[in-house]
Amino acid sequence: MAVESAAMLAWLQRSASRLHEQRTYLTDLDAAIGDADHGANMDRGFTAVMAKLQAEGAPADVGAILKTVGATLVSTVGGASGPLYGTAFLRAGMALAGKTALEPGDIEEGLQAALEGIKARGKAQRGEKTMIDALEPAVQAYSAALASGQDAKAALAAAADAAEEGMRATIPLLATKGRASYLGERSVGHQDPGATSCALLLRAAADES
Amino acid sequence: MTVGLVIVSHSQRLAEGVAEFAGQMARGEVTIIAAGGTDTGELGTSMAKVQRALEAADSGDGVLALIDLGSALLTVSMAIEQLSEERRARVRLSGGPLVEGAFVAAVEASVGSDLAQVAATADDAATMDKGVSDQ
Repeated sequence: MAVESAAMLAWLQRSASRLHEQRTYLTDLDAAIGDADHGANMDRGFTAVMAKLQAEGAPADVGAILKTVGATLVSTVGGASGPLYGTAFLRAGMALAGKTALEPGDIEEGLQAALEGIKARGKAQRGEKTMIDALEPAVQAYSAALASGQDAKAALAAAADAAEEGMRATIPLLATKGRASYLGERSVGHQDPGATSCALLLRAAADES
Repeated sequence: MTVGLVIVSHSQRLAEGVAEFAGQMARGEVTIIAAGGTDTGELGTSMAKVQRALEAADSGDGVLALIDLGSALLTVSMAIEQLSEERRARVRLSGGPLVEGAFVAAVEASVGSDLAQVAATADDAATMDKGVSDQ
């Protein structure tokens, strides 16, 4: 079944609720290797996103919703996640502009655009202890699931599983990007907060309630 | 007119302080705008705030943006992309140190130097001699 505006909003609301619930956990992860604000930042950003969508009313154009999310995040999150997630949502929104219902292949296109946006903005690659370590395997898992004939729901579940696996795989990595890179070897042994919030967003997309 | 400066820091107070400090040297002849903190004044950077500052500091002779570190770079890069093509061509992002770079850039701009010269001066501030070795 195609994903329409209401389902997109439900995903964003689920994401906002879970980011709010997990804000202390995300901030604690960030306290170990960063500036201890990731949970508060993401919570603030998604709270602003939901307020904006509720105040203005969500358009039927799913691409327009994603662009609103991106534009709101870049000015409300505060940390590097603002421009990074902001770019991801803006690029996905541009890729899906004008669509009122997303087919499984559209979701793949949106995920791919988001990944490319984050990589370009952060000038980062997989293996550098960032959100890319969760997102890239997730996009690959989604594509592989579709290619093997699975539907969007199964493919999103595979994507969320791959994101969580990628998230856990950041623990032994040495950070070379972002605030954690100033810590050098001290960043080893901690799970990356950006990869964690990324996996959270993808799990929220896979869960229907 | 002169080149304008935009001071981007995670801290609103730090950005305001740098703008105040650099402004003292510019004797009111240079527009220096602080764009620090989030929209609600917390630690962080805001693309909307930086974009407004870049537009307000541009009198037609260009703008030099100075940043602290981390997300400030991503936020300013993104804000520059949002500007009209005409304005974007007149904005330079400095890799120079925030305090010293803003200070010497304000002096350079106040004597009417162009954007390339103001930017080069801010970059040079990374190796400026503060006279410590003479002490």
